[in-house]
Amino acid sequence: MTLRFVLNGAKTELDAHPMARLLDVLREECALTGSKEGCGEGECGACTVLVNGEPVCSCIIPVAHVEGAAVLTIEGLGGDHPLQHHFMNEVGAQCGICTPGMIMAAMALGPAPTLEDVKTALAGNLCRCTGYAAIYRAVMKWRGLEAPPSMVAE
Amino acid sequence: MRTAISELDLRSASSLTEALAILRDEARTPIAGATDVYVALNFGTLKPKRFLDIWALDELRSISLSGDTLVIGSLTTYTSLIQSPIVGERLPMLVEASRLVGGVQIQNRGTIGGNVANASPAGDALPVLAAADAVIVVRSDAGERRVPITQFYTGYRATVMTPDELIVAVEIAPVEGKQWFRKVGTRAAQAISKVVVAGVRAPMPRIAFGSIAPTVVRVPETERALGDGATIDDAEGVLAREIAPIDDIRSTAEYRRRVSMNLLRRFWAETG
Repeated sequence: MTLRFVLNGAKTELDAHPMARLLDVLREECALTGSKEGCGEGECGACTVLVNGEPVCSCIIPVAHVEGAAVLTIEGLGGDHPLQHHFMNEVGAQCGICTPGMIMAAMALGPAPTLEDVKTALAGNLCRCTGYAAIYRAVMKWRGLEAPPSMVAE
Repeated sequence: MRTAISELDLRSASSLTEALAILRDEARTPIAGATDVYVALNFGTLKPKRFLDIWALDELRSISLSGDTLVIGSLTTYTSLIQSPIVGERLPMLVEASRLVGGVQIQNRGTIGGNVANASPAGDALPVLAAADAVIVVRSDAGERRVPITQFYTGYRATVMTPDELIVAVEIAPVEGKQWFRKVGTRAAQAISKVVVAGVRAPMPRIAFGSIAPTVVRVPETERALGDGATIDDAEGVLAREIAPIDDIRSTAEYRRRVSMNLLRRFWAETG
């Protein structure tokens, strides 16, 4: 099918099998390899992108579902986004595989989240390196909120 | 990914009428949020080759009251259930169950109709629907019928639906009594349950378990014992005899039986 959607702010048109996975189209047709494949079953969140502002797992979505939609991937943040800087400053990224998905899931948070809100928003994203504290800290600081004492680096 | 996409065929419907006409004429597996279908696709266990995309059918997304009955359109996502004031007020145990279905990403795509249709014994919403005596509304080009969820499943991953039928809604009459839900898995979020239970504390309690039988099950003997005034110790014994869980990759029969008994006790203590 000829697919029309808005990818990282740019109108995009391409040919794809309607049942191709959104993740494969992004990585292989659009050369956007920031989104990662982890588990392939919607449990790890490494493939998270925003579709019309909502986080979804791009490894379990047929590309037909983004026809006419706005898709935002980690590349769409441009590399200089404040949240990306907070991830670097707080060492919220170690091996880096979960990082694009973590950041995209966090992007959907409202303006003044509680720590519980942050944990809920990121419950669908697994990290095996950081123990999560640095990630939660990065997200809280990005929103101008104090991280709880237990999450402040010594 | 272990499925050749090129061998698959997808048609998209833009209205319910069109979807039902397509299902009347050709055998196709419906796809809504795709959270189950695409896991099978990724793992190479997807058997069907021809699919019908119904994700665009907004007419199946409403949550409304018909008289006193709560009517939830089949394409309602878990996120919509969590955010719905009317569901929160009338069926809080469904909101609790929805919060524990995967992460936000899955809650944004997974639908209540998909959970019912997928017919997994571990479906998180199914004990809630069974304890609430929900009615599944299925429609085909030839007409509509209503099937109580307790009669909807005929065996492991098997339902009474015919290939030309689509689930259009779930109906729930007012639930009297305190509602309770608990899911036991390997971790709080993102885990398929080892045991999942929903209960309604009423003069005749209604209790349903998932993951302990080929389908979601009510436990009528246990309900009757509690309704007749049995002690919780006695009711636990009735439950232990009534259920027959199995060993599988997620847990053992013995663990599931013990946890089911503990959950019954906790339900009774927390709703008393």
